[in-house]
Amino acid sequence: MFTSPILDYSLLAPILIILAGALIGVGVEAFARKEQRAPLQLGIALVSVVASFVQLLRVRNVRSLKAAIDSVAFDGATVFMQGSILVLAFFALLLIADRGNFVAQASAIPGSQDEHSSIAEGKSQTEVFPLTLFAISGMMLFAAATDLITLFVALEVLSLPLYLMAGLSRRRRLLSQEAALKYFLLGAYSSAFFLFGGAFLYGYSGSLSLTGIATAIDVNSGNDVFLLIGIVFLMVGLLFKIGAVPFHSWTPDVYQGAPTPITGFMAACTKIAALGAMLRIFYVALSADVVMWRPIVTVISIITMLVGAIAALSQRDVKRTLAFSSIAHAGFLLTGIIALNQSGLKASLFYLVAYGFATIGAFAVVTLVRDSAGEVSDMNRWVGLGKKSPLIAGAFCLFLLSFGGIPLTSGFIAKFSIFTAAYESGNTTVVVFGVLTSAIALFFYLRVIVMLFFTEPKSDAVTVSVPSLKVKLVLAASVIVTIVLGVYPSLLLNSAQSFASFLR
Amino acid sequence: MTTRTDLVYLIALPLFSSAFLLLLGRIADKWGHFFATAISASTFGIGLYEFFAMRSRSGDFRAATQRIFEWISVGTFKVDASLLLDQLSICFVLLITGVGTLIHIYSIAYMSHDRDRRRFFAYLNLFIAAMLLLVLGDSYLNLYVGWEGVGLASYLLIGFWNERPAYATAAKKAFVANRVGDVGLSLAIMIAFTQFGSVTFSGVKDAALHASSAALTALGAMLLLAAAGKSAQFPLQSWLGDAMAGPTPVSALIHAATMVTAGVYLITRSNFIFDASSTARLLVVIVGAITLLFGAIVGTAKDDIKKALAASTMSQIGYMILATGLGPVGYAFAIMHLLTHGFFKASMFLGAGSVMHGMNDEVNMRRYGGLGKVMPITAVTFGLGYLAIIGVPPFAGFYSKDKIIETAFNAGGARGILLGGAALLGAAITAFYMTRVVVLTFTGQKRWADGTHPHESPSLMLIPIILLSVGSVASGFLLNKGNALVHWLAPVVDASGAEGGAELFKPIVVSALALGVVVLGVLTAVLKYRGTVPVEAPAGSPLTRFARRDLGQDDFNHRVLVLPGRAITKSLVGMDFHFVDGIVRAVGWTLSYLSLSLKKVQNGYVRSYALLMTIGAIALLATIWLVTL
Repeated sequence: MFTSPILDYSLLAPILIILAGALIGVGVEAFARKEQRAPLQLGIALVSVVASFVQLLRVRNVRSLKAAIDSVAFDGATVFMQGSILVLAFFALLLIADRGNFVAQASAIPGSQDEHSSIAEGKSQTEVFPLTLFAISGMMLFAAATDLITLFVALEVLSLPLYLMAGLSRRRRLLSQEAALKYFLLGAYSSAFFLFGGAFLYGYSGSLSLTGIATAIDVNSGNDVFLLIGIVFLMVGLLFKIGAVPFHSWTPDVYQGAPTPITGFMAACTKIAALGAMLRIFYVALSADVVMWRPIVTVISIITMLVGAIAALSQRDVKRTLAFSSIAHAGFLLTGIIALNQSGLKASLFYLVAYGFATIGAFAVVTLVRDSAGEVSDMNRWVGLGKKSPLIAGAFCLFLLSFGGIPLTSGFIAKFSIFTAAYESGNTTVVVFGVLTSAIALFFYLRVIVMLFFTEPKSDAVTVSVPSLKVKLVLAASVIVTIVLGVYPSLLLNSAQSFASFLR
Repeated sequence: MTTRTDLVYLIALPLFSSAFLLLLGRIADKWGHFFATAISASTFGIGLYEFFAMRSRSGDFRAATQRIFEWISVGTFKVDASLLLDQLSICFVLLITGVGTLIHIYSIAYMSHDRDRRRFFAYLNLFIAAMLLLVLGDSYLNLYVGWEGVGLASYLLIGFWNERPAYATAAKKAFVANRVGDVGLSLAIMIAFTQFGSVTFSGVKDAALHASSAALTALGAMLLLAAAGKSAQFPLQSWLGDAMAGPTPVSALIHAATMVTAGVYLITRSNFIFDASSTARLLVVIVGAITLLFGAIVGTAKDDIKKALAASTMSQIGYMILATGLGPVGYAFAIMHLLTHGFFKASMFLGAGSVMHGMNDEVNMRRYGGLGKVMPITAVTFGLGYLAIIGVPPFAGFYSKDKIIETAFNAGGARGILLGGAALLGAAITAFYMTRVVVLTFTGQKRWADGTHPHESPSLMLIPIILLSVGSVASGFLLNKGNALVHWLAPVVDASGAEGGAELFKPIVVSALALGVVVLGVLTAVLKYRGTVPVEAPAGSPLTRFARRDLGQDDFNHRVLVLPGRAITKSLVGMDFHFVDGIVRAVGWTLSYLSLSLKKVQNGYVRSYALLMTIGAIALLATIWLVTL
């Protein structure tokens, strides 16, 4: 018998609104006139994000496992993560919309006649907006999905647009296309792992839903080898997305090659979605089997922190450095999974928001430092920037200090609460390493600050372009959030506390 | 105790006015000085109102408190930001705001040619706020905030003309010397907290009853160190002379009338500690006696009129410190001398400023002479201050200084003779050097530099001086009349049972002795300086030369503190470089080596990345397998 599915549209609406916006965007790209496209696209994207957020607020107190039969859970963690993805995406969209960071015609081969003529004709494509919306919808679904098939679909929906978007950079086309291809190939490889892991888990439990797997582990019904392989392979797919060692190698290359606003979007939002899914899988499906996976997650977390912090030391490129910093943060975030308690979940949620804002802000600064050929990400040329442009450089320092976990910034509270949670759960080793690597990372952040402020600027001038209103908004929001969450964290910690729960 | 709600305005008004003027910038240049003066005058108004309100209350209800907010709350340790206005603080409040307002008025004219007059007035207001906080705080911690605040204001004002390097250096010197004293105060606060668990005056007072004498002595010694730093007492006296680099109104307000007397306030406020520790008291009188002679001797050799007055300030504060060390009966006399000194010293400093104003900022007294005729009002007011400081009856200084000398003699035994003798000798030298100042400046022939045309100062400058000199004439008599101040302060300093000491001499004998030595000092000076005075200072005896160099205090500091300090720093830097940094550098090298090798893994080839992922997955499987086995 086939029964028609019952869908709770009010709970799915946040995702559906974004998808609708994306579809309208595709239509606009096809039919609207050239000069109207950019403002229309931005308008549609922002309106859908805001509308989706408003709808999310309206249903924020509903808790249901039946939003889409059994595949989507609408619980506190879903609301919080979808909300943070939307807020951060809003600012990322502003950054994306800011002046020409994107190629006129992505299909043209770099340096070819085709490209020259497309530039001469003044072609401009704005498909990046619908692509972003598609990615956002995938992220929102990824953080809420409760069965392995939906998880996989969401993973692909969020990844495919990102692969494309990474190749859209206007300058340094080759690097950008190379990044896109690398990201795609390795992403496909990791997706295969994920799918394979899902198959093994199904083989073990006979169920695709997370709760079904949890029940199977409880009664210990299946073949342990299947479970083991299933967990490991599923984990590989997820660790790839958050950029944990040894599945991190794509991160620096892609972060460097992708257009900077896209990098900011990926770093902030993808991390929320991927870690959200990971938290859900480990907290809901695999929590009974914690003795098996905790040691390896601990090892991965420690290695990730160390590699991220140490490799950042010798980088000469701002974007690559931020990539390694993001890797190190993936390691810190994994401690929230290791903790496996309510305060770990709360701290992870807080951490993701704090990190997301600082990241978007930092990449916003990167878009501003330019010379005649576009953005300058070579760090040696950032020397003495604080003298030329103290406000922008000061904001960058603030974000770095937040990454480093200096008190009175959001990063400190985030690190403090996530380490506290891990400590409460008895995982002291990872906390010790966490504090140690924070110190190493701090060394690097401080070095950048010294370079910016206490070194005489060199003659080959880079300029800090005057930020447009959009970038100003992004910077102001990031600075304010970073400071406010550092000074008065209970503002967000309280809501993270009340939303930190998974429905099983 | 009475609870009041308006004390906080005393501090808030000048504080906000200061911030206001600094933030407003050049817009306020036209009226900033009037605004600041009006604010200062209104604090004086509040002070007067509080004074009469206090007088109308009886006995135990005279002291008033106001809790502003809870400042620190850590576990059981709580400090409120609270104010305490009692009989002692009101004296200071009136002195600070009263003299402060007069000096504000004076400065309007004195600083009229300065580009940064608004900034100057903002700093003056800041000083008033900080000084009021200092005397109104109800705990050592609150006092400490004001203590640092006046230090800051003093630093800013000494270095006000910081475009001249020497002045900036002087400001720094004052700052450093003050820091040494501040260490004393912060240590005292820590001792009070660890020993008594409280840092409020009342809390420490209660706890002091049962405290060990060692703790009390340590506490007293640290408080004395703090007082020595702020009040330019031996051995931290060296900064006061250089502090004269600041504009003269600053010297009058901060470095004569108010801030430098904070040490006397601190010791008087802590009377319960010094009463309980005779060792601490002994240290106090030693410091006081040494400084009063030291300052007086330095004063005899200075040709710079402001530095001569500064040396005299040092010496007069020495008298006050000496008085506070003489036990319960001395506190009231110390405060009395402090108040009268506030009047006559401020009036003389302003007089000196008036002279400088007419003489193109010349400070060398050998370049003065015969100014009495061209500046009659300045000369007369200065003369009244002069009569007050040397202690001629019935001028103010006579009453206050006489009492201190008398009390010193009554300290008993050899100590009494020694201290009384020192005080008496100090009085003689004071008479000598002050006469020298007056003779060199106002009488004799003109020794003016070419192109100077001295003239009387504008009335805006003269009125404050005249008002202050009224104080230097009458304040002593008024405060002493029927022991008014002694009775007024009795609840704070607890002078009951203090009449024990046997009188060595009858008061009248002491007065006669004091007058005798004063006359001797005056005559010597007049005889010595009545003839021609060379414009270039003569070589002088070795003692004179030594006195000119401030009795070698800077050389002493240099040899005993700076050189060994440098040597220690140098060796520490060496150790830091080779040992501590060595470790750090080793860590750094290791990390960058690791970092570079990690960079090699990041080679850019997708195939290597995929291989790495595969190896990672296999490693994970293997690990998990091993764990579950």
